[in-house]
Amino acid sequence: MNIKEYLKDNFIYLDGGMGTLLQKEGLLPGELPERWNISHPDIITKIHRSYYDAGSNVVNTNTFGANLLKFSPKELDEIVKAAVTNAKRAKEESSAKGEKWIALDIGPSGRMLAPYGDFDFEDAVSLFAETVKLGAKYGVDLIFIETMNDSYETKAALLAAKENCDLPVFVSNAYGEDGKLMTGASPSAMVAMLEGMRADAIGINCSLGPKALIKVAEEYLEKSSLPVILKPNAGLPKVIGGETVYDVLPEEFSEDVATLMEKGIRIAGGCCGTTPEYISSLVKKSSNLSPSAITKKNITCVSSYTHAVEFKDSPILIGERINPTGKKRFKEALKCGDMDYILNEGICQQEKGVHIIDVNVGLPEIDEAKMLTDAVCRLQAVINIPLQIDTANVSAMESALRRYNGKAMINSVNGKKESMDAVFPLAAKYGGLIVALTLDENGIPKSAEERYAVAEKILVEAEKYGIDKKDIIFDPLTLTVSAEPDAAKETLSAVSMIKHKMGVHTSLGVSNVSFGLPHRDAINSTFFANAMASGLSAAIMNPYSAEMMKAYYAFRALNSFDENFSEYIAFSQTLTETVTITESKKESVSTSEQGSALQKAVIKGLCDQAAAITREMLESTKPLTIVQEEIIPALNIVGTGFENKTVYLPQLLMSAEAAKAAFEEIKKAMSSSNASDKCSIVIATVKGDVHDIGKNIVKLLLENYGFRVYDLGKDVPPEVIVEKASEVNAPIIGLSALMTTTVPAMEETIKLARKKLPNCKIIVGGAVLTQEYSDAIGADKYAKDAMEAVRYAEEINKKTCRFTHFASQLNFKQASVARD
Amino acid sequence: MPMINSAILTKTFPPPQIDRSEILRYAGVENTTPEIENLIDECLLLIGDKLTYKVCYGNFPLAFSEDEVNLSFTMAKSEKLKANLCGCRSFILFAATIGLEIDRMIALYGKTSPAKGHMLQAIGAERIEGLCDAFNQYIAEEYGYTKPRFSPGYGDLPLEIQKDFFRALEPSRRIGLTLNESMLMTPSKSVTAIIGISDTKCENKKQNCNDCTKHNCSYRRTL
Repeated sequence: MNIKEYLKDNFIYLDGGMGTLLQKEGLLPGELPERWNISHPDIITKIHRSYYDAGSNVVNTNTFGANLLKFSPKELDEIVKAAVTNAKRAKEESSAKGEKWIALDIGPSGRMLAPYGDFDFEDAVSLFAETVKLGAKYGVDLIFIETMNDSYETKAALLAAKENCDLPVFVSNAYGEDGKLMTGASPSAMVAMLEGMRADAIGINCSLGPKALIKVAEEYLEKSSLPVILKPNAGLPKVIGGETVYDVLPEEFSEDVATLMEKGIRIAGGCCGTTPEYISSLVKKSSNLSPSAITKKNITCVSSYTHAVEFKDSPILIGERINPTGKKRFKEALKCGDMDYILNEGICQQEKGVHIIDVNVGLPEIDEAKMLTDAVCRLQAVINIPLQIDTANVSAMESALRRYNGKAMINSVNGKKESMDAVFPLAAKYGGLIVALTLDENGIPKSAEERYAVAEKILVEAEKYGIDKKDIIFDPLTLTVSAEPDAAKETLSAVSMIKHKMGVHTSLGVSNVSFGLPHRDAINSTFFANAMASGLSAAIMNPYSAEMMKAYYAFRALNSFDENFSEYIAFSQTLTETVTITESKKESVSTSEQGSALQKAVIKGLCDQAAAITREMLESTKPLTIVQEEIIPALNIVGTGFENKTVYLPQLLMSAEAAKAAFEEIKKAMSSSNASDKCSIVIATVKGDVHDIGKNIVKLLLENYGFRVYDLGKDVPPEVIVEKASEVNAPIIGLSALMTTTVPAMEETIKLARKKLPNCKIIVGGAVLTQEYSDAIGADKYAKDAMEAVRYAEEINKKTCRFTHFASQLNFKQASVARD
Repeated sequence: MPMINSAILTKTFPPPQIDRSEILRYAGVENTTPEIENLIDECLLLIGDKLTYKVCYGNFPLAFSEDEVNLSFTMAKSEKLKANLCGCRSFILFAATIGLEIDRMIALYGKTSPAKGHMLQAIGAERIEGLCDAFNQYIAEEYGYTKPRFSPGYGDLPLEIQKDFFRALEPSRRIGLTLNESMLMTPSKSVTAIIGISDTKCENKKQNCNDCTKHNCSYRRTL
């Protein structure tokens, strides 16, 4: 019988621990248990059979760590083959009456995925794929992915299973005492992602005993529309008198698990420390229970690697700032690959309190698939709220969805057949909450009723792909009210109809409404308030707009979403805070000893004050005078102090940040973006190395001193670095490495630079480097710290700037000649 | 004295007492200022209760041969380790981590505020060392006299032995600690080490830098 069919009306009993039993049979610490499939087939078969005899319907093959990181392809094939053979033999030999299946057991790789580890996501997918293919080839009935404690790795494994076989896939995660995975995901986040990717059953195993997992299990049961798995440990191991003892015995274990089966768990077994005795006790304890129905939960949500965001009655804010449309500075950042600019937009919006961040990096002249995927990967390394993948480019959408660590929001599909044909299959494969625009081949319908009709058509088509209406959110489109006076009213009416009549959530990009009108904020925020009152579930909006945020917090306060108005009050304080605090602190700075107030603020590392004083000074002083007479001297005082060891690194950095805050003000005041005539510098952490703290410090200081820094990030291949230096005509390249193992990559980069750019000077730095290393790999300069790098760059700048000026003028002349 | 049982156990500790002087040492500060103290406070506030203090460990038998130490799951060719474990019958192998969240914060603030990024690094280092000290104390209470902890990369113990440590402890599934190809660990604020168990009281019990050959290390303690 098919296990999915059987599951509809029955409990499924899993097996119990394997490792503890193998240790009793003589498996040594550090020995790979998978090899026992070949060396001790009788013992493995005996254990499997004892589980079947105890009442297990499913036993997992002894392949927890069977992957290509541990075994050669040949040995892996032999191990999986033997493992399946052992399980098959046990199944035949067992006298138990119940249904019996064999699951291919897949445990974690033991490696951490990038960006925090060095294991690439696609490499992880391929790793699991090889094991899955072998399991399918040797005839398992299902795939059992278990004990995963990282959401990203879980996604890789599930994707590998889905892409390489048609078998049912069960996915089980290991939660800690804090109710989260080791890398931070909550149960709700895992349910959102795994359901979206269409696992067949999901749940919990290992780590703790059944009592400690009650909360996690309850959250699964509350959120999941899929059958839920529970496979706890027999409590925690203790060593008593030289014996390893688990502190939950079969009686208590089966009692606890049976209680949770009564609450809705449908697939149950044991993990570390449990034995066939535990399983037979569980089967007995639960024999009079009848399986409760698995219900659809109708939860509309997206998730990040930490948490899920649910769409309910209180509106969700989606930050719109990562989008090049109409933003010159953003376009420039995209073109020169300035990822930090994009990351900072993400970080700032998260700090402003948005729940989701829209990511749109589409520009005609860039490779959008690559850029979007890169942006998504880098954003999810530093911010923890869910992302909305915003693109019209289908291949960019697929590659970003694939790499996204969670259930993304997908922006967007519309009622055109072509659009639905492209987007729905992606959502069906990777999961996601799809924003559907109510337009089709005939354009945007004028009336709310017609837009409603398009929405209905989209739902029907989505259903063909198995996409439920809870996974669609309609955008009934905001049109410009100055062009069409009734536009806002029709949109609001469509929001209300879709929300209340169809029962589907809605989202709007609100800013369009005010186009062409003065004081757009006033129109936008009033429209936003009206839309929320009409039942709007989410808005793509500008979180930097105080008017929009006021409307949001006021709406929540008025509609009892904000207990005791605490959020509203906290928000209202931020509206006045900035002015008063800077005033009072400024005073304390300016009254202290000698030196100007700005110098003091920079030296003491006070960002807000440095910015406020600079703003004030700009009213009467020329920007360059402030730089040359205030900021640079202050930085020099700190820099010299650092070199003389009277100032320490944290102070140097705090001063650099304060100086940066002052520079930001100066940049705003200056018409030309080129505040400095210093040369360009390309910096990067070399290939294979992922450490960038030191490099970031050097970047900050170089920028302080007026250099134009092109930061290529970490793990950067030699050719990319050299190409960039050549492109921006940089006389200096800065390279960083932390590990001895990546110094060769540094050497390789230097060799390539010498060949392609013989006049370019190369500074190296990083924890493992020494003067000797630096000499051995042929660098021009070893900088032991950031200040030394700055001093050297100043030196080179002096020598080369005249030349670069001359060269650039020459270029200019040549260009004008060419134009003539 | 309990018998040797090589089962791998896991334990979560409460947050160790914060040692500000250690934070300053890791931050490279000799004379602190109110601004630096503020920075520490801000960072501690950011960290809040986001760290976890997890250890997995096992007690293994020990034997010595001519030039090797038999750690029962692998052989270690290291004079320094041999000297460290001299007089011990068994040892504790452990892996400890304060979790991935600190790495995420360091990455985030490394972008927005390198001063905070740097201070978070220093606090992370202080936290993991604090956890190791707490674990050390626990082991001393449970198993008797202990030797100073000894990690891969100390003296002549090669980093590559991490592979054997990871095979024996399987810390990735127990405490979420993984080993990269270059023998670095993720989360970064983690420690693996050996603690020798001895029947007699050992001198030199406190963790110190005397045995380390890296004399130009900026973190070297001058005791």
